[in-house]
Amino acid sequence: MKIAHDVRSVRRRRIGRAVTHLILLGFVLLAAFPVILVFMNAFKARRAIFSAPLALPTRETFSLVGFETVFSRSNFPIYYLNSVTVVVVAIGFVVFFGAMAAWALSEYTFKGNRFMSIYLAIGIMIPIRIGTVSILRLMVALGLVNTLWSLIFVYTAQGLALTIFILSQFMAQVPRDLKDAARVDGASEYRIFGIVLPVVRPALATVAVFTMIPIWNDLWFPLILAPSGRTKTVILGAQEFLGQFVSDWNSVLAALSLAIIPVLALYLVFSRQLIVGLTKGALKQ
Amino acid sequence: MTVTGNRFRSYIAVFLLPATAIYTMFLIYPLLGSLGLSLQETVGQGGQTQFVGFANFRRLLTNENWAPGFWNALGNNVYFFVIHSLVQNPIGLLLASLLTAGKLRGQNSYRTALFMPTMLSVVIVGFIWQLILSPIWGVAEGFLGALGLENWFKPWLGLRESALTALSLISVWQFYGIPMMLFYTGLIGIPDELIESAYVDGASGWKIFWRLKFPLILPVLGIVTVLTFVGNFNAFDLIYTTQGTLAGPDFSTDILGTYFFRVFFGHQLQLGNPTMGATVATMMFLIILAGVLTYMFAWRRRVETYEM
Amino acid sequence: MRKIISLVLVVVVAGLSFAGGGQEAGGAAVEPSITLTIESWRNDDLSIWQDVIIPAFNEQYPDIEVVFQPLPPAEYNSALNAKLEGGSAGDLITARPFDASLSLYQKGYLANLTDLPGMDNFSDVAKSAWQTDDGAETFAVPMASVIHGFIYNKDVFDELNLEEPKTVDEFFAVLDAIKDEGTYVPLAMGTADLWEAATMGFQNIGPNYWNGEEGRRGLIEGSEGFTDPQYIPVWEQLARWAGYMPNGFEAQTYPDSQNMFTLGRAAIYPAGSWEIGLFNQQADFEMGAFPPPLPAGQNTLYISDHTDIALGMNPDTPHPEEARLFLEWMTTEEFAEIYSNQLPGFFSLSDHAITIEDPLAQVFLQWRQIGESTIRNSYQILSRGEPNLENDLWNYSAQVINGDITPEEAGQMTQDGLDQWYEPQR
Repeated sequence: MKIAHDVRSVRRRRIGRAVTHLILLGFVLLAAFPVILVFMNAFKARRAIFSAPLALPTRETFSLVGFETVFSRSNFPIYYLNSVTVVVVAIGFVVFFGAMAAWALSEYTFKGNRFMSIYLAIGIMIPIRIGTVSILRLMVALGLVNTLWSLIFVYTAQGLALTIFILSQFMAQVPRDLKDAARVDGASEYRIFGIVLPVVRPALATVAVFTMIPIWNDLWFPLILAPSGRTKTVILGAQEFLGQFVSDWNSVLAALSLAIIPVLALYLVFSRQLIVGLTKGALKQ
Repeated sequence: MTVTGNRFRSYIAVFLLPATAIYTMFLIYPLLGSLGLSLQETVGQGGQTQFVGFANFRRLLTNENWAPGFWNALGNNVYFFVIHSLVQNPIGLLLASLLTAGKLRGQNSYRTALFMPTMLSVVIVGFIWQLILSPIWGVAEGFLGALGLENWFKPWLGLRESALTALSLISVWQFYGIPMMLFYTGLIGIPDELIESAYVDGASGWKIFWRLKFPLILPVLGIVTVLTFVGNFNAFDLIYTTQGTLAGPDFSTDILGTYFFRVFFGHQLQLGNPTMGATVATMMFLIILAGVLTYMFAWRRRVETYEM
Repeated sequence: MRKIISLVLVVVVAGLSFAGGGQEAGGAAVEPSITLTIESWRNDDLSIWQDVIIPAFNEQYPDIEVVFQPLPPAEYNSALNAKLEGGSAGDLITARPFDASLSLYQKGYLANLTDLPGMDNFSDVAKSAWQTDDGAETFAVPMASVIHGFIYNKDVFDELNLEEPKTVDEFFAVLDAIKDEGTYVPLAMGTADLWEAATMGFQNIGPNYWNGEEGRRGLIEGSEGFTDPQYIPVWEQLARWAGYMPNGFEAQTYPDSQNMFTLGRAAIYPAGSWEIGLFNQQADFEMGAFPPPLPAGQNTLYISDHTDIALGMNPDTPHPEEARLFLEWMTTEEFAEIYSNQLPGFFSLSDHAITIEDPLAQVFLQWRQIGESTIRNSYQILSRGEPNLENDLWNYSAQVINGDITPEEAGQMTQDGLDQWYEPQR
């Protein structure tokens, strides 16, 4: 009797698991298909792109002409270096300074706490482009035009708003015992912040990824603040092949592929190193 | 809370200072200068301005050249948000709960793959989907054809009735990863003992989700909703990339972001109008602020007390 | 983990020092001490400027380094405006025709070039797009105009025994023949991007209906309106095009149309002459071109020969003398010759007699002899107000082709818009 019950529940669980895999696989396919389509066609001759877009490149249709154009007409290695530099430095600032501020707002009651919470959230409510001219004037005054620093500062300021907004929510959920125990031991508030920080690592990683996406993908500020050949970012470089009068799809698809690959790699680094393996730790102590 | 009292404590200032300084200098200061423009009007050809009070807002909301465009964009934006709330966030919740249901093999690979669209530039997403839905390239048509449904194919992005829905769904495709990750982060934070003891009591997975997990991640649902709201009312790039600044056909895909861009920066022979552009941006700010404040004061407080 | 962090740090330090060091090197390593930067929306022309035009200039002026720095076309106006206001724009600025540039001049972002030596190589008509309304001050050196018409696939025409149509009736007979045969799409055009409907459609075929300059001036003076019988039939013809355009043309973009034609899938492409360069590269069949067909009762051919592009000077440039030298060089026959031949389809606006070698470009250019030139009727003065005439023409022309509104409605709505703010039209 009991055994029969167990068998049934094991079977039900197996079916449940199969359905779970099926749904997830379906969504993975939906998520990956367009990207695969771009990669696949980037390696095909122009005529084959149009006549058989869903076919894999074959010996007859294989062509690297798009990549040749992209590499001969632009300097992708430098664009990569620029983009990576901007993204990494800006994320470092955003996550660290953002965590500090979020900690202050969620941990301490003080006069002006609510005001500061709202003040620091304003940044996610206004289209930042409206401040373009003022930002540019500021950068000219600081002598930062056509440097990566101009981008780093703007993105840091932008990213902080969202980061603080999300992190203060997660910081508030850190178990009280942890902090109280440290306080009883006489730890300084800085030390306690240092203890709490690893506890919210999944949230930090999530924010880091969220911050990274718009920074990596932004076209507008690189265009305005750092359009020179030395400081161009990947998306700005790829955009050159996507202009209104460009219908050279070989180059377009090649440029797109080149812009996609590093962001996926970067994401894998963050995701694997920061989220995976932390699932046990985190808020569960 | 643990530390109370209103005595000034220097470490609070230290924690807040770096973020506040960068944020104020590179975000608030430029924005204030620009928003101030909404109370001014350009006079003469040289670009000088003079103070006009709230005249620009009156014009935006009532003038026959401005109001219809603004209300159209606002209405489309609401629709855009509704689609996201009804499609994107449930998908995010579904995937996050599947990912965290028991010890699933390949959990990490799934999560990584599922998040992929969110990593892509909107420029790229717009371009890819334009290709897929293009009547010339024939990918979508071919797919429907394989299912015997080729008559169902329509140039969706070019039709007044369907363009906005199609774009909303493309945007959902790109961004469902964000609610997914937030729900995921919330779900893995639920102590294992709680869930195990529920299983021991013989509760089904379904029941555990709705009775136990869902109430615990309600705060996350709040963040997700408010972030969707903020994101949607600030959206711009996707429509700009696929439909152009005029948000065709016949402004049927015009949302506040594209409307703002057209007014502020101009379009082809239409010159940019910084003062009216700032007025539109201020309206956007007020709409978003209203949403965020509702969240901060109403939703968050209620959920917090519920949790205690 | 630690490995990755240190790797990232190395990259960052390298990147930042590179960015900073590069900056200093740019200022310190003084090869040619003067650098002029050109702002432009023509990112397609980058290699021609780098490889041909700038080296030709440097043969005479080796000490002046010139950098051509194009922006994506769709972002040009907004990005340029921001850079001018922020004070970081380049020394030389590519100027759109009429009001977009006029307003820059009025705000002090373009220098007065009226007395630039060599300016007399351009006719008043050529200069009109970059002058104050009274014609007293000129603020940019005209570079080129573009001509509208139809490019067709000669192989398809031969295969189906078709001839270039001269009249509207012949045009539709040709379209019918292609459609009936069934292999090729008769007209490669879509309405997704809106502007093609107005630019390749309305402004392309329209001048034959409104008698070119006569009609354009009539609109400005207020003696003609968009509900008049010389305007409605333009939209009527456009509405008929829909039957010959590809399936799903409502979502077909501009690059879609270009690819459709150059891959040999369509017979006729409503064109601007700027397409020639790209089409020469991409099409592997012979191409011909015919001017907009004449409607019944019209005996004179009118073509849209639109003043499109010019170069002005940023008054804040640290090197005004060198910038003027470059502009002066652009008025010479040498520049006209290089530009027109390197970029076939962009026709120099100077009075120099130059030879154009590209056969297709020659065909377009010949129409100047057999027809009367005019420019797009929405560009001068009439797009100054709100609602914007050019935007309306894009939107309504696309809707007429999509079948969402009738030609009469398009005329009425366009006219209503103009009536709202333009005194002479009230």
